[in-house]
Amino acid sequence: MTETNSTELIRLSAAQLAAKLAAREVTAVEVTQAHLDRIAAVDGGERGVNAFLHVNTEEALAVAAEVDAIRAAGGQAAQELHELAGVPIAVKDLIVTIGQPTTAGSKILEGWYSPYDATVVKKLRAAKMPILGKTNLDEFAMGSSTEHSAFGPTRNPWDLDRIPGGSGGGSAAAVAAFEAPLALGTDTGGSIRQPGAVTGTVGVKPTYGGVSRYGAIAMASSLDQIGPVSRTVLDSALLQQVIGGHDPHDSTSLPDPLGDLVAAARLGNVDGMKIGIIKELHGEGYQAGVENRFNESLELLKEAGAEIVEVSCPNFQYALGAYYLIMPSEASSNLAKFDGVRYGLRVLPEEPPLTIERVMGATRAAGFGDEVKRRIILGTYALSAGYYDAYYGSAQKVRTLIQRDFEAAFAKADVLISPTAPTTAFKLGEKLDDPLAMYLNDVATIPANMAGVPGLSLPGGLADEDGLPVGIQLLAPAREDARLYRVGAVLESLLEAKWGGPLLDKAPSLVELVETQEAK
Amino acid sequence: MSTDATLSFEEAMEKYDPVLGFEVHVELNTKTKMFSSAPNVFGDEPNTNVNEVDLGMPGVLPVVNKTAVESSIKIGLALNCKIAESCRFARKNYFYPDTPKNFQTSQYDEPIAYDGYLDIELEDGTVFRVEIERAHMEEDAGKLTHLGGSAGRIQGAEYSLVDYNRAGVPLVEIVTKPIEGAGSRAPELAKAYVAAVREIVKNLGVSDAKMERGNVRCDANVSLRPHGRERFGIRSETKNVNSLRAVEHAVRYEIQRHAAVLDSGEPVIQETRHWHEDTRTTTSGRAKSDADDYRYFPEPDLVPVVPSREWVEEIRQTLPEPPAERRKRLKQDWGYSDLEFRDVVNAGVLDEIEETITAGASASVARKWWMGEIVGRAKNADVDPGQLGVTPATIVELSRMVEAGKINNKMASAVLDGVLAGEGTPAEVVEKRGLAVVSDDGPLLEAIDAALAAQPDVAEKIRGGKVQAIGAIVGGVMKATRGQADAGRVRELILEKLGVTV
Repeated sequence: MTETNSTELIRLSAAQLAAKLAAREVTAVEVTQAHLDRIAAVDGGERGVNAFLHVNTEEALAVAAEVDAIRAAGGQAAQELHELAGVPIAVKDLIVTIGQPTTAGSKILEGWYSPYDATVVKKLRAAKMPILGKTNLDEFAMGSSTEHSAFGPTRNPWDLDRIPGGSGGGSAAAVAAFEAPLALGTDTGGSIRQPGAVTGTVGVKPTYGGVSRYGAIAMASSLDQIGPVSRTVLDSALLQQVIGGHDPHDSTSLPDPLGDLVAAARLGNVDGMKIGIIKELHGEGYQAGVENRFNESLELLKEAGAEIVEVSCPNFQYALGAYYLIMPSEASSNLAKFDGVRYGLRVLPEEPPLTIERVMGATRAAGFGDEVKRRIILGTYALSAGYYDAYYGSAQKVRTLIQRDFEAAFAKADVLISPTAPTTAFKLGEKLDDPLAMYLNDVATIPANMAGVPGLSLPGGLADEDGLPVGIQLLAPAREDARLYRVGAVLESLLEAKWGGPLLDKAPSLVELVETQEAK
Repeated sequence: MSTDATLSFEEAMEKYDPVLGFEVHVELNTKTKMFSSAPNVFGDEPNTNVNEVDLGMPGVLPVVNKTAVESSIKIGLALNCKIAESCRFARKNYFYPDTPKNFQTSQYDEPIAYDGYLDIELEDGTVFRVEIERAHMEEDAGKLTHLGGSAGRIQGAEYSLVDYNRAGVPLVEIVTKPIEGAGSRAPELAKAYVAAVREIVKNLGVSDAKMERGNVRCDANVSLRPHGRERFGIRSETKNVNSLRAVEHAVRYEIQRHAAVLDSGEPVIQETRHWHEDTRTTTSGRAKSDADDYRYFPEPDLVPVVPSREWVEEIRQTLPEPPAERRKRLKQDWGYSDLEFRDVVNAGVLDEIEETITAGASASVARKWWMGEIVGRAKNADVDPGQLGVTPATIVELSRMVEAGKINNKMASAVLDGVLAGEGTPAEVVEKRGLAVVSDDGPLLEAIDAALAAQPDVAEKIRGGKVQAIGAIVGGVMKATRGQADAGRVRELILEKLGVTV
């Protein structure tokens, strides 16, 4: 295959690749190799994207070869191949995989191999999708910039000096940099959607319970959800269809499937739908360029036949505060297991005595980064006797109020809309010393997690002032993920018509960017 | 080990009124663990009955064992509790290596069963009602073995090994309300309460209920207050008292120790105590204050357990007869005296006697065989009577032979030995050992003549009307015939010979 062909292959969507594979115009090995080559070209080095913590070359190619062999042999086995068989994917390194290390972006798990596969990974394997590797993230998914990774930050393919969002910056950057057509992310307060927004990609947080959490290392169990990362709305629908469904290993997974998401993405029709602008999630505090692109999307939807209404969710103003009590509370308990006793890092105290408490203490002191420690301390405090009612208890009440706000809003609108993040990608290091400023980045994404409703972020264009991607967020009632795909696909096609192609076509040539900056 | 001062139990009782409380942990005998599919099996190689969930691997999630919920409901119903319409699990957070997640998944503010009671019958027949606060579900912890120090103690140990086979085994913790008014019978009540709980869970079939294996473990709370005072004293909690006898002793000891502390004018320290079977004393464990902070919060990885009313009623219908009620019924049916029945219960042969009666023996014959013949043999063989190998059918066959006069009681005992020695059925043993009763009067008359001749004074007494003296002559005849004579027939012949009519 020629160099040009390889470059063309990596720019295809998952749906396009699937069609070419089915038509045997390309082989899965060619597709997989093209992405591995791309990773080799842009991911490593001082100024590389650093989206991957581990590249799974051998296994990915083996799975691809298996798909090719089945297709070549034809017959029933070829017929029964999954639609996405042979389409490669990257997996956020918070999700456990047999045969590859899983670090959660933390020193405390460096070198650890899981003895079991996450349910979503089992499903990828069943669909015979080659796993390209594990993507970078903020340590234990705690952050909005991927700067809290113990293994160095991921860089935004649009500007290597900027953050790719977080915590799933690795998955979003990998997809934006054409290192993978698809990736898995996890979203606790916006970790799929906010990176999607700042990298010009699509990211979906499904309804809570829509995708099994078994094998996703828990940050905040009642908020965490695994979801798809892609470059097109249809691709996310295809991927959610693969990973979704009930899992007997996850008691919180929904018993029934969420309907035909792919069909919804292909339907593409908003005529007569009511789309609600959330009064509290735009305007003040939102960058002008973000606001402009948001208004532009509203105009396009209106032209396409949607009715734009305004809804008010007054309790959303408390969402961030309540989130920063519930999330650290659950995280403080979920992360207690990392103590050096059974697996992962073990650090012995420098001075005797060598007691178990001191080994646990030394291990956790050395193994966890500052942001993780900050949240463990915060959560431990919030759950303490005498403070529980005031903090955790009150936060749970706020959560109920947010759910009621959503119920009221969805009584007036089929789908809600807002900017995904208040700003475009900020500079690496810019907010590292200001946790509160960092937390504010998730102000628009957090309410969905607090209520368990699904949310989708898609590219809304480039901000006028900095030329960086802006994300548009769609929210739907619980279990109505299909609506996100239906509306998202329409908005995507209207915007791409306006731009004359995908937004990522406007991104700088990464190979040149990486090389120029290397040369500097 | 320091020894605490104690008062005599009697003196303690003169001055103080004990208040008790119990937390009994029951390990359920489900096939798999509380939250994972790993086997729930005792005694296997360490760390073999574990999977990623039990080891607290990153990413794992718990799933509630439905059978464990059903067993918990059974226990709740047997303890006359209300069953929650909806209840949740919570996390009890603390760092200790026997808990793989560094939190225990338990129930906190929403137990599955609550507000029950258990009527406890004391030895003299008095019934004492113990109020049950709650019965909740939780998971057991792993087992630590401390090595390199002295005798498995953590103090001075160089290292510890942890076996997670027990981690995640389903537990039901039964918590009483404070038990007041037991007075000097507190130790007896303590033992009787734990025995009753053990019997109930065994009868329900939800636990193997072996205290020596830790299937039933008791934490005993004791506090004292001066007579007449309403407010409770400060309590101690003696952990893991793991035999019925030890429960009684531990409560007695703590009463005596508390009394001495209070007498000295010192306050009792709220703490956990460790029980030592060898010295029958407790020693101070960890100071336990209400400030102990486990940072409980609802387990977000599990949805609420919502037992439907239909299901609860279904379970209620299938509950076996409660042991206490069954005993009352059997005692009446069998017509045993209080003493006889208590001996049967204490000997642990209630089930065996019931089966023997069902097989066709009368209640008195069944009792005579089990209590008179089998219990003693079992004791000598150091096994439970039920495990000796005597079947109800054997007893029925033996008793029929005796009733038919084929063998006498002494021979029947020998036949039982033969059966237990593997010589075959009672009929086969009788034949092989040649143990038939001598029924030919000829040899008997000879023996009677000899016996009368040997004891002429006795013969004279009988002639004179003292018939009760006949035993000596019968004994002589039995001896001469090596026990093979039918004693009843011998008696008849003697009386006939001496011309005495009774």
